[in-house]
Amino acid sequence: MSAELNPSGDRPFPPVAWLTTGALALVVVGGIVMASYAPRKAPLGLAEALLALAAVLLVSVVVIFARLKDFAWSTFATVFKWALLAYVIEAGIIEFAFVRNHVSGASLVIISGMLVVFGVSVPTTIAFTAARFAD
Amino acid sequence: MTEVLDTQTRVAHGAPPERTKIQIVPLKGLPFAGAALVLVTVAIATNWTWLLMFAHVAGGGLWTAIDLFVGLVIGPILGRLSIPARAEFSAKFMPAMVIIMPTLVTMNLGSGFQLARKLGNLSPSSPNHAWIIASMIVVGIMATIALGILEPANIAVLFEMNKPVPNGERIGRLMKRFIYTAGITGIMQVATLVIMTRIATQ
Repeated sequence: MSAELNPSGDRPFPPVAWLTTGALALVVVGGIVMASYAPRKAPLGLAEALLALAAVLLVSVVVIFARLKDFAWSTFATVFKWALLAYVIEAGIIEFAFVRNHVSGASLVIISGMLVVFGVSVPTTIAFTAARFAD
Repeated sequence: MTEVLDTQTRVAHGAPPERTKIQIVPLKGLPFAGAALVLVTVAIATNWTWLLMFAHVAGGGLWTAIDLFVGLVIGPILGRLSIPARAEFSAKFMPAMVIIMPTLVTMNLGSGFQLARKLGNLSPSSPNHAWIIASMIVVGIMATIALGILEPANIAVLFEMNKPVPNGERIGRLMKRFIYTAGITGIMQVATLVIMTRIATQ
């Protein structure tokens, strides 16, 4: 967490946006695997592994945030709360489409977990990118 | 008159012109976005084929057209403009994109899954099954690029522009990211057009 500036004049930060985008990519792949089997039951092993890996990436972001010094938390919070609202609505509508189409049981739990990762990772990426450049 | 003279004096002395604050999320657009989301929710709840098709085609058609236009027409033009012209255009254009794109994507995806299931396209015996999976892969790649790179860059540019002294080099770098990713998603939308017209004609 060095405060030194890189050649372009910006302070270097840990790769938070890469981790959250990685988590997003993993749940997107998991979502495609699950949806491609509908209306049959999808094999849950691969989807579970992808969801677990995405969760690990998000937890590592939380650890990074806990250690981050001199960060524009107020900008982060302002952007995060509104982006979270928007993406929770978006995730809610997609969840509704799955529920309405009789997805249930373990499949629904995994899809819900993936939508939670989606709903948290995108606002985190947006808020972090806006806050890292705040002076 | 005094005001005019005062302005002229300030211009003559090279004082920076006053900039209006950019509204990052244009509030005027929210009712339209809300109405579109209510429409897609009603389409899913009622399972009405026409409304599902309307939400899917309207959302998807506009998403594809805007991505193609921004990626392949606006992006390259933007890249050739001067920095002040680029900033002025972006200040008006990017807030609109913050509202329009997520709304269109939600309309398209929310109704698309239900429509594919209702029309039997998701069934493994359907001739469209492979095309549907291909479309999911294309949409997945585009969504990851748009949500992970393009949209954060868009919001960061708007925040930078709202600063008392914006960092031009930083805006240029973020805009480059926006232009390149918009170009990639624009090109990928050509694949969407091929896939969707195949599905419609099989």
